[in-house]
Amino acid sequence: MATDNRPLSPHLQIYRPQLTSVLSITHRFTGIILSAGLIAVVLWVIALASGPEQYDRFLAVASHPAGLIAMVVWTLALFYHLLNGIRHLLWDAGWLLDLKGAYASGYMVVTGAVLLTALSWWEVMT
Amino acid sequence: MKFRNPLATARNHGSAGDGVEHWWAQRFSAIVMLVLAAWVVYALVSVIGATHAEASSFLAQPFNAALAILFLATSLYHSRLGLQVVIEDYIHHRGLELALVLLVKVGALVGGVLAVVAILNIAFGA
Repeated sequence: MATDNRPLSPHLQIYRPQLTSVLSITHRFTGIILSAGLIAVVLWVIALASGPEQYDRFLAVASHPAGLIAMVVWTLALFYHLLNGIRHLLWDAGWLLDLKGAYASGYMVVTGAVLLTALSWWEVMT
Repeated sequence: MKFRNPLATARNHGSAGDGVEHWWAQRFSAIVMLVLAAWVVYALVSVIGATHAEASSFLAQPFNAALAILFLATSLYHSRLGLQVVIEDYIHHRGLELALVLLVKVGALVGGVLAVVAILNIAFGA
């Protein structure tokens, strides 16, 4: 069967990025970030169970600027994945599947994730 | 138009033969974490920046220890289901794909056991 002349669907590089497609891949990407962060969470409980010295050593790494940036990124990913996960569950139930619902909920998810991240870190810092 | 034979429809397993279970497990674990979400945010905010004594006395409370174990187990499970799909979608070498999926499954299991033992250790003050 000749396959070289068949029509192709638009490639990702040609297609203009839309809110819906960008948020879709972001859900997957934040899932990977959260999985990596889970390793840190497991290490954190192990450090906590290993006594004060081990815990302080863990905190020294975590409070390094790179560690703090990683934690802020991780919480942002957490809130995004949480809110967009609710959006996905609503879609699974058959709601918000029209263009208007998909866009409105998309903007809500992004705004909500940023606000909740800011609020949580405000709560931690004060 | 209907292309699927009656037996396939009766079995209701979709085109791949399986996968429905995986799909449901991903949603079910998501809903469990959704129920725990408020506690998780409260726990993160309480524990980030806390001293060893503060963090361990927080996790030592039976309610917090139980929810921490429940959440970590569920999130590791959800994470391994999600990473499996990512690997299956993007890794096109069958051997590497199987090896990575196995690695993720074993990693989630080992991480879960380590975390649960650590939390019980803190909770029972060993």
